[in-house]
Amino acid sequence: MRYSGARVILEGLRGQRGWRPAWREPAPKSDYDIVIIGGGGHGLSTAYYLAREHGAKSVAVLERGWLGSGNIGRNTTIVRANYYLPGNSEFYSHSLKMWEGLERELNYNVMHSQRGLINLFHSDGQRDAFARRGNAMANQGDDAILLDRDGVRKHLPYLDFDNPRFPVYGGLLHPRGGTARHDAVAWGYARAADRRGVDLIQNCEVTGIDVQNGRVTGLQTTRGSIRAKKVGIVVAGRSSQVAAMAGLRLPIESHVLQAFVTEGLKPVINHVVSFGMGHFYISQSDKGGLVFGGDIDFYPSYAQRGNLPMAEHVMEAAMTLMPVIGQARVLRSWGGIMDMTPDGSPIIDKTGIDGLYIDCGWNYGGFKAVPASGFAFAHLIAQDRPHRIAERFRLDRFTTGRGLMDEEGTGAQHNLH
Amino acid sequence: MRLTCPHCGERDLREFAARGSAVVLSRPSAGASAEEWADYLHIRDNPAGEARDLFYHTPCGLWIEVTRSTITHAVIAARPVREAKP
Repeated sequence: MRYSGARVILEGLRGQRGWRPAWREPAPKSDYDIVIIGGGGHGLSTAYYLAREHGAKSVAVLERGWLGSGNIGRNTTIVRANYYLPGNSEFYSHSLKMWEGLERELNYNVMHSQRGLINLFHSDGQRDAFARRGNAMANQGDDAILLDRDGVRKHLPYLDFDNPRFPVYGGLLHPRGGTARHDAVAWGYARAADRRGVDLIQNCEVTGIDVQNGRVTGLQTTRGSIRAKKVGIVVAGRSSQVAAMAGLRLPIESHVLQAFVTEGLKPVINHVVSFGMGHFYISQSDKGGLVFGGDIDFYPSYAQRGNLPMAEHVMEAAMTLMPVIGQARVLRSWGGIMDMTPDGSPIIDKTGIDGLYIDCGWNYGGFKAVPASGFAFAHLIAQDRPHRIAERFRLDRFTTGRGLMDEEGTGAQHNLH
Repeated sequence: MRLTCPHCGERDLREFAARGSAVVLSRPSAGASAEEWADYLHIRDNPAGEARDLFYHTPCGLWIEVTRSTITHAVIAARPVREAKP
């Protein structure tokens, strides 16, 4: 069924009786050409592009819980392409272009809203750094506008511009940055992949990866054995556990990142605002809630919930930047499990076992990467060579030391990002 | 999550700085290969369950090794780093 405005009206007149489930619920077959482990945003988009770009006919996605039950539903929905380093820059630029055509491509409303993203700066040195970043973004073909203090004031009049510790000097505006509806991205890819014949298998946990003579041959799951010629692992915070089933050890630590949302309010924040010095960023959802977050808790965790000291820190940063937020009440908070790499950049690569591929290490930036990650991972699996937009996301860069991408400049070590 | 400092007793988490996996106590010898160093610096078991991590207790200046569950955040044991065997 194709979704459209006319369909909504028609179904309204017919008492909404014509809607059908958005995807099938097939039982797993005993044999597939390609199996993707992980039914989140990245896994579903990988399956979709395997079918769409590479004509793969026999593809399954295995998901331990329900589709989109991991980080795709536990993020703060920001979509941007304001990276600096070669490797990241071209990749996220490509991803943003894919976002701009995604709704048409998937015939699904992902509520992509390019409301503009502003990174604030608070010193002359930071201004120089953001001017340089803006130039790098422009060189990549994306958009960046350096705003002075008055320029920021026109967009964000509600900030405290004269905070004694962090006075606002200006900001870098990325007009094409914005937000999207997180769940809808997973559902849109799931429906589009299903329509191209991909089997989406839920409640199916992988318990073993079969490897013979250095080549993957299949999987053991809670719903039986499945033979597969190729297997892609794309399971975010659980990457270390799944990779260990094939005897692999990864340069990853899993950490909890918290986020918060207030009760619904009338429109007050029209952009995505990032206050890097306070580890704080905020936007307003279409439902009216102020969605905001901060830094990771900094101890390894799989709990999907954090502790109060980081919640307190985030609230303090919010009050520092925009005291008006003190009138809002926090409705709820949540945590996602971040697959943190030492340099803060992702991995899309072969594993050293023939037919086994891995896409992981998205740190706290995985949401905006969903289209390009799936696109590049599908290319790697189908063609057995990396796509040019992701060829620097190598697994071995931590062993060789070549091509580390430390975007924050804090050092390519665990516990620093 | 509250941590127990062997000097000061059970304290608020805000008094501690997290300093990563205790695997860094097992520093390779000077003659170790590049692969051993890369493994030490970057590769992690990243356990979902019992893990050993380093914390620094800011008020008293003690480095401690904490054994805790990464699934429930339960703290199982804590001891000064100088007593922790690599």
